[in-house]
Amino acid sequence: MNHIKKLVLVGNGMAGIRTLEHLLKIAPGVCDITVFGAEPHPNYNRIMLSSVLAGGAGLQDIVINDWSWYEENHIRLYTGDPVTEIDTDKRQVTSRSGVCVPYDLLLLATGSNAFILPLPGANKEGVIGFRDIRDCETMMETAKTHKKAAVIGGGLLGLEAARGLLNLGMDVTVIHIHEHIMDRQLDEAASLMLRRELEEQGMNFLVNKRTAAITGRRRVEGLKFADGSELEADLIVMAVGIIPDIELAVSAGIPVNRGIIVNDYMETGIPGIYAVGECAEHRGITYGLVAPLYEQGGVLAQRLAGMETPGYSGSVISTRLKVSGVDVFSAGCYKDESGTRSLRYQDEIGGVYKKIVIKEEKLIGAVLFGDTSDGAKLFSLIKNGESVLGREKELLLGLTPGQSEANGSMMLEQMPDDEIVCGCNGVSKGDIGEAVAAGCRSLGEIKACTKASASCGGCKPLVEGLLQLYAGAETGEPVKEGICGCTTLDREAIIGGIREMGLKSVKEAMNVLGWSEPEGCTKCRPALNYYLGMVWPLDYEDEKESRFTNERYHANIQKDGTYSVVPRIYGGVTSPADLKKIAAVAEKYNVPLVKFTGGQRLDLLGVKKEDLPGIWSELDMPSGHAYGKTLRTVKTCVGNTFCRFGTQDAMGMGIRLEKAFERMNAPAKVKLAVSGCPRNCAEATIKDLGVVAIDGGWGIYVGGNGGIKVRASELLCTVKTEDEVMEWTGAYLQYYREQANWGERTAHWVERVGLESIKQALANAETRQELVGRIEETLSTTTDPWREIIHDKELLKNFVQLPELNSVTE
Amino acid sequence: MEINTTTTSRIRVANLNDIDLRGARTVRIRNIEVALFRLGDGSVRALENRCPHKGGRLSEGMICGSAVHCPLHDWKIDLSTGQVREPDTGCMTAFPTEIDSESGAVYIVI
Ligand SMILES: Cc1cc2nc3c(=O)[nH]c(=O)nc-3n(C[C@H](O)[C@H](O)[C@H](O)COP(=O)(O)OP(=O)(O)OC[C@H]3O[C@@H](n4cnc5c(N)ncnc54)[C@H](O)[C@@H]3O)c2cc1C
Ligand code: SF4
Ligand code: FES
Repeated sequence: MNHIKKLVLVGNGMAGIRTLEHLLKIAPGVCDITVFGAEPHPNYNRIMLSSVLAGGAGLQDIVINDWSWYEENHIRLYTGDPVTEIDTDKRQVTSRSGVCVPYDLLLLATGSNAFILPLPGANKEGVIGFRDIRDCETMMETAKTHKKAAVIGGGLLGLEAARGLLNLGMDVTVIHIHEHIMDRQLDEAASLMLRRELEEQGMNFLVNKRTAAITGRRRVEGLKFADGSELEADLIVMAVGIIPDIELAVSAGIPVNRGIIVNDYMETGIPGIYAVGECAEHRGITYGLVAPLYEQGGVLAQRLAGMETPGYSGSVISTRLKVSGVDVFSAGCYKDESGTRSLRYQDEIGGVYKKIVIKEEKLIGAVLFGDTSDGAKLFSLIKNGESVLGREKELLLGLTPGQSEANGSMMLEQMPDDEIVCGCNGVSKGDIGEAVAAGCRSLGEIKACTKASASCGGCKPLVEGLLQLYAGAETGEPVKEGICGCTTLDREAIIGGIREMGLKSVKEAMNVLGWSEPEGCTKCRPALNYYLGMVWPLDYEDEKESRFTNERYHANIQKDGTYSVVPRIYGGVTSPADLKKIAAVAEKYNVPLVKFTGGQRLDLLGVKKEDLPGIWSELDMPSGHAYGKTLRTVKTCVGNTFCRFGTQDAMGMGIRLEKAFERMNAPAKVKLAVSGCPRNCAEATIKDLGVVAIDGGWGIYVGGNGGIKVRASELLCTVKTEDEVMEWTGAYLQYYREQANWGERTAHWVERVGLESIKQALANAETRQELVGRIEETLSTTTDPWREIIHDKELLKNFVQLPELNSVTE
Repeated sequence: MEINTTTTSRIRVANLNDIDLRGARTVRIRNIEVALFRLGDGSVRALENRCPHKGGRLSEGMICGSAVHCPLHDWKIDLSTGQVREPDTGCMTAFPTEIDSESGAVYIVI
């Protein structure tokens, strides 16, 4: 087939490959493709270098298309082999190694180079830019042997480099030529707040400083400034700007200015040759961010595929600082100029600053510091240019849910399908709609399927909004956040990872799933511990160091460091013998307070940690679960055994439930109750699961809570027999264990997912049986922790103080 | 604190295997309760066993990397410096520790 066109792409970077991806999607097979890349890697996400440097991602994590992608798409790839010559007459390119390839269509996407200030000494070892994997590796290597780093340039890239170097353990000084850092994106107020925050993180700043020379012999030793002052440095990162890489184009006689000049269809001055990305100059502008480059790529792909396209008409850009632990967002024209009005909100204590700039009823710019959650929505308003008259304050003070939700979703509805939502990855509103139609139901899934919000994360709120818009009530499965500051993954992604990759320990999960804190925190460690146990009930070994004290020592820690002990009393029913035993132990150990708990148990309060093992062995009653994220109590009334109203045996039912589900780990504490008739003396309707007897049957109520926010439970179902109560309770509890976020009480879970979705899930008898099977399997491995501790020296030792052995005074 | 600051003493308080990895033990030295923490990397840190917030016993907290989270209200305290981490503030006494790598004896300097 001789009409297949030969397409050659020079530059294996973000813009070029994005264009190919697009082309392959809309017109597969129309071109025979060859790619030349100067770097020795397949196509990777340059943006993420900042995260690699800061330790949030590994180099292997940032590959966008690996070698197999090229193969699958029949693309010939030459890496580490830059094109050195274009012969525009013969229509062929030649690479450094001598490969010569003819073309019908030539695509230049050579990107840019870091601008290295032409200072005396700039060629010394230890002076680098921040541009590619090699620079990143140089920084990581240098940090191992050297201490002092200087970053020239207090812009976005400089600060990201500085943050990374700080994480690598270096002393970092940022040198900025102007008074205010990030002055191209932030106004004074935001800039100052940012600087203060970064200083607190340990970054040093020298502002109003012009570097004059770089000192040192072979390797850099320091910097000299124009004002005569000096600074020691073992590594200098120049982040003062980029210059489009147009060398090749110039040598081939392609018209250039600052970049390679292109029209609205990305055509250069020479037929058959196109340019996209940072190397291209469109209407006098060269861009240094991916969003516009992806828009260009989209247009070019359509052009190459021979499709109608209105062309590219330039981009409004937004920026966001990615790795500093500070949220900064800026978009459009953020400075006050004549003809503009601006509104500001500044909270120095909370560290929040917001500013919006309005011109003729339209939003034209915004700066957010500290709270950037509205960034994406504001950005969208800036781009679509609708009137914001009368809504200014609301825009400034936050598009709070509720009152303005309608506006928010209206805005999303009106957004055109081809509008780019995720700038980093060039994902349009339409792409997200398609992903949802194809079955994506969470942010994680959309991320996996479209890459939306997989890079800088700035568009997350928009993507979430769209998910809601498209999937909405139909799924009832809302969007989730990363579970804590150590990861961006949500529950689904984590559990998915654990299952798919067979992860079997907390540490392994953190490693493989890319935790930013190597040992996690008090939020994620217990959560992982729980999820692992839930996924692998039989072979996961519970990690006690990832549990809170209450669950590590199976006693409740009190404010003065003592503990309280609550022996299990099934269904609240005890015997004189047990009462005597409890009383004797309390006396023997001088327990200062004995109290009835709200759940019909006896609480021995004020016990010293050293006394716990003694108390346990003498009580010889099961316990250790009155304080954890587990089944706590089953409260009962007297039921038909004694009560004149009772219709069923509430005590018997309660005891049966408690014996069946004691020791069950759960996402949060779980309390049950059983009442013998609808008078409900056991207060079963404010429990996680309450059983209320009716004449000839039982009502099962779920999602109740008597805590901070009282919530009455809702009827799950009505059943006839005790066995059915057991079955439904087991199925419900296991469904909760599998579906809820760690730490989420049933009341919140039911509200979040909706009772209907739970009813539906449990309606099928087979599903119920399966759930019951899984909870039984889980429960089969549990043991009484008290017994275990008393018989294990290694565990016992942690309850006693160490003897002070000897001391040497000096 | 009732320590005479003009003299320092080196006290043998434990053996490495007395303390679980990411676990803690306590020892009372001249009226001060000291918590000994064993980090994930095997090293040992010593802090006065009282959270600067409301006196929580840090030995009962969760050890994450180089910090311990107080069991009472989750303040995060750096185990090397005794410095409370953001957003809370405060500081507490940290005692230098020494480990005899052959015998595994743990000393604290007070
Ligand atoms: C550390 C860092 C952080 C960033 N963060 C963000 C961010 O948060 N948000 C954002 O929007 N943007 C960010 N950017 C900018 C973004 O990465 C670029 O805008 C984007 O990568 C440009 O794409 P491109 O394809 O034009 O160029 P590149 O991705 O640079 O690709 C050009 C490729 O062409 C190769 N090449 C050059 N000459 C030749 C030749 N003669 N033959 C063969 N190959 C050649 C180069 O080696 C390079 O691999 C960041 C950049 C860096 C360096
Ligand atoms: S709930 Fe009904 S059966 Fe139980 S004690 Fe109250 S009145 Fe009696
Ligand atoms: S006592 Fe330590 S956090 Fe409150």
